[in-house]
Order: sequence, then C-alpha cells, then structure tokens
Amino acid sequence: MTERFRLIINGAETALEADPDTPLLYALRNDLELKGTRFGCGSGQCGACFVLIDSHPAPACDTPLWSAAGKSITTVEGLGTGGVLHPLQNAFLAEQAAQCGYCTSGILISAAALLAKNPRPTESEVRAALDRNLCRCGSHNRMVRAVLRAASEIAP
Amino acid sequence: MSTVAESRLKRQGSLEKNPGLSRWLRVHRDGTISIYSGKVEIGQGVLTALAQIAAEELEVALERIRMVPADTSVSPDEGVTSGSLSIQDSGAALRRACAQARALLLERAATRLNVPAGDLRVEDGAVRAAGRSTSFWECADDALFDCEIDETATLRSPRDYRVVGKPAPRRDLPDKIAGRPRFIQDMTLPGMLYGRVVRPPHNFAGLISLDDIKVKSMPGLATIVREGGFVGVLAEREDVAISAQRALRIAASWKEIDPLPRDVYAWLKEHAAEHRVISEKENADVKSRGVTMLEASYTKPYISHASIGPSCAIAQIDDGKLMVWSHSQGIFNLRRDLALALAMREDAIVVRHVEGAGCYGHNGADDAALDAALLARATGGRPVQVQWMRDDEFAWAPCGPAMALSLRAALDPQGNIVDWQHELWSNGHSSRPGRSQGPALAAAWHLSTPHERPSAINIPLPSGAADRNAIPIYDFPNQRVVNHYVREMPVRTSALRSLGAYANVFAIESFMDELAQAAEIDAIAFRLRHLEDPRGRAVIDAAARRAGWSNWKPVEARGHGVGFAKYKNLGAYCAAIAEVEVGREVRVNRLVLAVDVGLAINPDGVINQIEGGAIQSTSWTLKEEVKLDARGIASLDWEHYPILKFSEVPAVEVELIDRPELPAAGAGEAAQGPTAAAIANAVAHALGLRVRELPLTHEKIAAAISQST
Repeated sequence: MTERFRLIINGAETALEADPDTPLLYALRNDLELKGTRFGCGSGQCGACFVLIDSHPAPACDTPLWSAAGKSITTVEGLGTGGVLHPLQNAFLAEQAAQCGYCTSGILISAAALLAKNPRPTESEVRAALDRNLCRCGSHNRMVRAVLRAASEIAP
Repeated sequence: MSTVAESRLKRQGSLEKNPGLSRWLRVHRDGTISIYSGKVEIGQGVLTALAQIAAEELEVALERIRMVPADTSVSPDEGVTSGSLSIQDSGAALRRACAQARALLLERAATRLNVPAGDLRVEDGAVRAAGRSTSFWECADDALFDCEIDETATLRSPRDYRVVGKPAPRRDLPDKIAGRPRFIQDMTLPGMLYGRVVRPPHNFAGLISLDDIKVKSMPGLATIVREGGFVGVLAEREDVAISAQRALRIAASWKEIDPLPRDVYAWLKEHAAEHRVISEKENADVKSRGVTMLEASYTKPYISHASIGPSCAIAQIDDGKLMVWSHSQGIFNLRRDLALALAMREDAIVVRHVEGAGCYGHNGADDAALDAALLARATGGRPVQVQWMRDDEFAWAPCGPAMALSLRAALDPQGNIVDWQHELWSNGHSSRPGRSQGPALAAAWHLSTPHERPSAINIPLPSGAADRNAIPIYDFPNQRVVNHYVREMPVRTSALRSLGAYANVFAIESFMDELAQAAEIDAIAFRLRHLEDPRGRAVIDAAARRAGWSNWKPVEARGHGVGFAKYKNLGAYCAAIAEVEVGREVRVNRLVLAVDVGLAINPDGVINQIEGGAIQSTSWTLKEEVKLDARGIASLDWEHYPILKFSEVPAVEVELIDRPELPAAGAGEAAQGPTAAAIANAVAHALGLRVRELPLTHEKIAAAISQST
C-alpha cells in the first residue's frame, strides 16, 4: 500500500507517494534524482549512503520512509549552499582526497556531522568519526587530512 | 626516446592494432581537442595522466583536452585496462599520435601563412608568422588526420616538459566530490526499468525449481524473466525489484554441489595439473658451499575485490541493436563475449564505458552487462539497469586465487645464498572475457543451452600471472622456480590487483628475512648483498633512510620490517618499511615506501596510487580471507569480510624517486607485495616468531605460537 510522505530534503519540503517501507535511499536517488547518496551494502555497514537525519549521520539504505517522514534530511547535494561547495568539499579537492570517489559522499556526510559538533577535532577524533564509513581504494589518510584542513579553515 | 623503446612500443600493440591517426584525436573549431583512448578510468586517475601526455605533445593547455570515454564504436581497441600498462600502452601511443598531429597542423599552418614551417611561432594552438596568424582550430579538418601514424614526428624531450611530470588535479573528482551523477550506478535513461538477478548460492549450482506464484503478483513487478536456470526480475521501481529478488531467492531450490575443500592449500597441491619450471640456474661448485639449509611454506587465501559500489550495467535493445553501458575494464572483449552469449553479431553491439566504483581487477562488471542485456530482451525496447546487491558481489565476482608456496634455500658459511628454490600452487589468475572459446560471463553458464564455465588461465611470462614476481630479482647462483597450475576451480578466480605478485613477494621477502636472521645479518644489508640492480638498491636505500631504519630502538611488542620488489620484474620498483605493534591484533603504525616508476606523468597520481595500494595491501594482509562453507562463499557482507577501517589505517609516507629520462611505468600494483612482506617481517620482528599464513589475524598468530611451542 502506498502512502503520502512529507520530507524535508536539503531544507526544502517535498512530498512523495510510496510504500512506507521503501528505503529512503531509493526515494532520494530515483524519485528525487539526488544520485549523490549511493548504494553500497543495503544494511548500514559501509556508509556509502549516509545522509544527515536531524543532524545525525544515518544509512539511507536502512531507513524506511515512514521513519524519515517529517525529519530534516541533508544529502551530499545539500552540504553546500547556493551552488557553493561546502568547505569540506573544497578541502577534499585541495587534498585530491579520493581515488574512485564512490564512498566520498557518505564520508563527507560523516565529516560534516563531526565538524558541526566538534569544530576542531584531533586526527584521532576524525578517524573515529569516519570509522563507520568504508573506503576500499585506500584514500583514508588524504580524507583525514582534508577534514582537518576544512576544520582549520572553518574555525581558524 | 631510444629505438629500443620504439620497438617495444610496437610489440605492446596499441599503435600496431590502431595505426590510424584519426582514431586517436580530433581537433575542434571551438579550440578543444578530443582524445580517444581505449583505456578507461577505474578510479586510478589514468584519464588525467593521458590528458597530460596529449597536452604535452600537442603543446596546448591541459584544459583544452577532452578525454572521450571509451566506446567500441569510436575508440581504439586497447584491450584491457589492467596490468599497470595504460601509461605504457596508451600513453606511448598517444604521445606519438599527438606529436604527428602537431606536425601536420604546423605543416598546414605554414602553407596557409605561406611561410617556411621554421618561421612559425606557436603558443597554445595559436600560430603566428610574418604578422599573420592562424590556429590549430582553423587548420584542422577531418581529412588532415586521415593517415597512419608513422612514428617519424619528433617527440618532445622530457627536459622540456611543462605539463607532464607536474601534479595535475584529477579531472573526474569535482563531480564525484560534489555528489553529482557520474557513476554508471547514477545513470538513468528515459523509460528505464530496474532489474535484479536471482543467483544460486554457488556458481556451479543449477536451478531445480522456482515457485514464483506469490512473487508474480507483487505490486509494481513488471515481469519475471527465466531462461533455463537464469532468473531475473524487472520492475518500475528499484526497491520493488530488490524485494522480488529476495522473495524469489527463497522460492528457488538449487542443486547441491560437491562440498568445497576444507583445506584449500592441501587441495591445490593434490590437484595440480601442470608443472612448469619457469626459471633454472645451476652452478654446482657454488651450490656445494651450502652449509645452512632452510625451508618454509606460506599461504595466501582467496581475496575479494570488495569494491564499495557493487557491479552495475545498463542495456537497451533497439531494432536488433544492443547498446550496453558498462564499467568493464575491457569493452571490446566484453562485446565479443556478449555476442557469443546472446548469439548476436559483434557489429550489432556497442559497449560504452561509464565510470564505476573502484575497480581492482576482474570484478562483476562484465557479468552485470550480460545480466542487463538478457533482461533487456524482455522489455520491448526499454532500457534496463542491473546493479548487483552486496551479497551478489561477494558471492559472484571472481576472487583473487588462493595460493600455496614452498621455498627452500642454502646459505654458505659467509651468509650468502647459494641455492634458491621456489614452488607455487595456484589456480589461474585470469578468466576475463575475450580469452576463451565461450563467453566468460556468469549468466551464460545458466542459460537453457548453457555455455561451459571457463577455467582461469595464466598470462605467460615475462608478465606472468600466478608466477608473477616468482622469479627472484636477486642474483642467486642456483635457482629453480616451479609453477604448479591447478585447472579445476573450487571457486571462480580471476585477476585481482598484482595477481600472483602479492603472494610471491610476500613469500620471497619473508624468506629473505628468515635467511638474514639465520645468517645473522641485518635484513636490509642482506638484501643489498644479493642485489645488483641499481634502481632496486636505490629504492631500498631511500626507504631505509626515510624510515630511520638504522636508528630503530627496540620496544616490547613492536617491530619493523622491509619488503621490496620490481613489479613483474619489468615495471616499477618499490621498497616498503613497516612499523607494527602486536597486541591481540596487529596494528601497523607507519608505512614508508620508496618508489621508482621512471618518468612520473602525474607525480601526485603516482603517490595516490602507491598510498592506496599500500593501504589496500595492509587490509588484505591483516584482515582479509574469503570464507567458504559447503554451499559456497560464506563471507557475504562486511561483517564477515571486514576491511581496514579509518582508525586502523597506518600513517603512509611515499618517497618518489624521479627519473624523467626513463620510460614511465604504471604505479597501481607496485606496492601490494612489498607492503605485505614488510608487515609480515615487522610482525616476526616484534614477536620473535614467524607467521607464514595470511592474513595475519589473531587466530593465525595464535596458531603459529602454539605450533612453535
């Protein structure tokens, strides 16, 4: 049975008609065409589909629509404002902090949540905050450097 | 560049197979240049490096270069993007193509301006002489490049390089970091349906029956496709396709398979079908000086590609023509195997490359393409997207083969190695499309008229496959290296980054340390004593210096170790030094790598590849092992196939030894073997005990301790 859901995505309200058990991931990617949130495992183990739900990183693959309804959801596309990249994204570019880039969106989301809570994290705090995200190409250290660089630029 | 290099390039084949200049580039009126390479971006940054090469030889700004994604209808056939050969094959071809194109453009400009070519002043495609001007963009037309590449054009000297050899930012990263659609997984076509395939638990198992009554009535399901034992679903919504796949899995019953071997290493040794001596050196006099004999056996398990993004493809059939979008490493080979599997003509199929998640070898990309094509036959022309689920990927993508290795050596009274014996047992390391009689695509083995599942084969030496890097680079007076090839495959195996080099270098470099210890000589001094190659010696020296090898202070439970190889004995040199701490688990604190790839086209790209290779190898070495049970592969999620996490990643330092005068070698596979060996040697140093079975987990270490007491 489909139901109508009200979602707040990247600050804008949107409505969607779907089965309540539909994972948020597919609503984002296929109904709303926000492709930056990516499928990795379907069980919240890899972090590729992380979005912010009321400021907390959560796997969109494992979040049914009914539980996301009415909450404020931020995807990688919503990290920046008005077409300007988030400082984290600029830092990732400056550090060339990616190889394939498939895990990047989820890692940016975890990093954004960290910096919102803790604007000047230590290196080990950054690593701990990213431990729920997997990267297979081995770009970890560049990404950690990028998060630290962004932190120093946001809160010098 | 020397004539030796020229003739090697010819043999490598990119120009030989694709001699037409127009195949490689097109100069446009708007001041941009399209470059056509048959090599593909798989997360390694190769299109950025190839763009640098093109910009360099054309002497235009890098921003003018547009890299056209490989496509069987327009691109040169450059085989497979594998083996760290893209810079050697495609780079060398593009360099010559662009040099010739520039010469032709200048010739035409001289005619237009009516001056001798020597009078032209050229800057970023703008050509001036005698107060008049023209440009590459005005001079180019389709006919100009309608000729063969004759390799007579003068190549720019590496001394004059302004683009090559300088760090260039990756061209694909702005999209990927902004979260813009860029991956094949993000691609949507009008009217596209979502497909999923219902696979047996093991690729030998066939379908017995399928009770699909309940699933057929699932709301939103478009159709269930069945062709023999191939079962797929199509739906308007992706989540519905996934639910239907799950439900059909429960509704299907599969034939049981023979139990898989409990001890795969013993099984490999019992099932070897071919025994090939790949290197033999004899000097009986020197051999007779041997006084200390050592032998040791090492093992390496099946390893999964474990890309974060599972395999994906899109296919559409329109008017008898099949269009496939794929992240395959070899689009031409894929087209050939699709034609075989679908009984179509190759010229009725176009395969276009679209970037996918990280690719580390022959994964499920090609298989997913056939899945999508088979489902596309049932849609009346609508395109179909298939993405594998996580468990599909772990269960069905080929694994890097398990290997068993036995080494023996003799030392003379002065601590010199006077005899060296290396034997290895392994399945083949390639079951890629395009290399066997039938299609090497999983779905083809389950159709109504099933194709035979091909055995993995080995690429012959000098590159080698199972025996890649099995021949020691050290100078030993006596040596014998034997490759025992096992044809029968308990699980599907194929190429995974560095192939047999990972296990061979792990074993050789571990054994070198065991011998150094027996000879009571420092591990680095012991290597240098047996190594003449100056580039090899230089990377070992550089890594030792950077790591402060000789200033090591012994600390309880800590150790350091070194590993070294020249990839394939043909390519990049890499030495790694690891510093570890052994508690319940091994923690690698620091990795220092020195690397020599000859000319580094994009130095930051090389460093990124070495860092990534070292970290991935750390993950393989400490954690990774595909687990088997009676039904097949049992490690089907990240909980059962853990990989290295952020908090476990060591500090990695890379020292690049720049040799702009030497040919460029690939960097993607140089670090894996040396890193594994360095970690294993550091663990042995910390424990005072050798662990010879990978991965170096708590269980393996505990087993080694209990065996030693």
